[in-house]
Amino acid sequence: MDKFDREKALNVLIALSLLIIPFIAIEMDEPFYVTLATRVVVFAIAGVGLNLALGLGGLISFGHAAFFGIGGYAAGILASHALNYEPLMTSLFELNGTTEMLIIWGVAVVASGLAALIIGLFSLRTSGVYFIMITLAFGQMIYYFAISWPAYGGEDGLSIYVRNKFPGVNTLDPINFFLICFTLLMLSILLISVLKNSRFGAALQAARQNDERLSTVGIHPFKIRLTTFVVSAMITGLAGALYADLNRFVSPSMLSWHTSGEIMVFVILGGVGRLFGPVVGAALFILFESIFGGLTEHWMLFLGLVLLAVVLFARGGLIGVIAGKTRHG
Amino acid sequence: MKDLLIVSAIETFYGPSQALFGVDLTVREGEVVALMGRNGMGKTTTIASICGLEKFSAGTVTFNGADVGPLPSHKIARLGIGLVPEGRRCFPNLTVYENLVAAARPGAWTLDRVHKLFPRLKERYNQYASTLSGGEQQMLAIGRALMTNPILLILDEATEGLAPVIRKEIWQAVRDLKASGQSILIVDKTLSELLPVADQCVILEKGTTVWSGAPADLNRDIENRYLGV
Repeated sequence: MDKFDREKALNVLIALSLLIIPFIAIEMDEPFYVTLATRVVVFAIAGVGLNLALGLGGLISFGHAAFFGIGGYAAGILASHALNYEPLMTSLFELNGTTEMLIIWGVAVVASGLAALIIGLFSLRTSGVYFIMITLAFGQMIYYFAISWPAYGGEDGLSIYVRNKFPGVNTLDPINFFLICFTLLMLSILLISVLKNSRFGAALQAARQNDERLSTVGIHPFKIRLTTFVVSAMITGLAGALYADLNRFVSPSMLSWHTSGEIMVFVILGGVGRLFGPVVGAALFILFESIFGGLTEHWMLFLGLVLLAVVLFARGGLIGVIAGKTRHG
Repeated sequence: MKDLLIVSAIETFYGPSQALFGVDLTVREGEVVALMGRNGMGKTTTIASICGLEKFSAGTVTFNGADVGPLPSHKIARLGIGLVPEGRRCFPNLTVYENLVAAARPGAWTLDRVHKLFPRLKERYNQYASTLSGGEQQMLAIGRALMTNPILLILDEATEGLAPVIRKEIWQAVRDLKASGQSILIVDKTLSELLPVADQCVILEKGTTVWSGAPADLNRDIENRYLGV
């Protein structure tokens, strides 16, 4: 079988199994696993976002937690204002919070996109290790800002008492919330797939190869990268909003560099630049967390060993091991 | 005929060392201009300066009425300069198709027309550029430049290091392009092929234009002095 077909078949298999697991869990009367599967899906969305920048654009962003957290805080802040009946602002006109997911997602996506635009304008002037450091620095800046901002809980974080609403769906039922997240995951993967095969995607991958060559055909590599970075951040921001709703809690830890690292681990474990790589990576991460996390506090040690093995022996990630290598360069 | 590209007394430095000491050349619309000179005389630097890849510190470059000097390279390319760089630099991690569409800008040159010029490319459509032979990569590099629908095509050593059969194909393509009215600035060492195509010749020596004129006026004496080994 053609290796590309093999990857497609594998992708379908991954999507279907992820979709079926929560239903099996409900049949077995183990609703906890539905939440676990939702966590996989939400982390996977965050990874899909980073994968666009990292996998296709070669932009090693170590600050994606910033966007994940901004998305989370967008959800938390809007919901807490709505639940406490306190307007967000009263000076110019009255602006109220909301518990409508659709609006919250919009705000989360726009806010993280704007943050990425500003961070990108500065950090994309650099490359390599400097880019990693600058994105990390911006991420940490936002992290410490959240800690020192008492209005929204500071270090203690911010609780959302009731999960936000989605028109026509009871979001308090775990399976419904899972399905909402799953749909968004599929949509974001679809978006990446469309981008990857578009002219934009070709230019982005060309920019990773050689800036000068790209500019001699009339394309400005900086603009291509900035657009990529912003779209990537928007997807990760959406994941942050969903994560806030999943836990009904937002805390600065969503913004910390550990989270950036975790999102990057999803991508690397699953396969950098592979459409479903982050899904596999996030699933493995959660699997390790729930299996070994129950045994020992140091469960990350096992994950680290797997990560080491992947980086040393399977650079295409787990998807690469099964579906074969893809393009190089 | 209108002057398309006017390079006037440009000087370019690589750090402290000066590479160009005043290069002049003019390409008129529909003309093929051959840029000649021995190795290291500044041909590639001249091209890099025109395309904005190296910034010149003195002189002017005017393309189609616009001052190219202050522009970044992608904007210069958008004015209508299509560069086929030395050493056939494709995007190796993209397929032939992706290489072509990534560069595409609307105009008379489409995928179909590039395929007619280089039928071999069509056979290699879904192959990665890194897996092509040298000749095919050269065709792809020319095709990619044409996809941007350039007003001026710049070919830097397009036939260097290629098998004779492939060279023939490339030269045929250059002749076809000229017949279609494409303006071309070309650097090449094969005088026997280059001179019949060229309308004008410009010779560089140590970073300065030392001679320019029609190929017919290029006598043995000048050839020996500036081009011979």
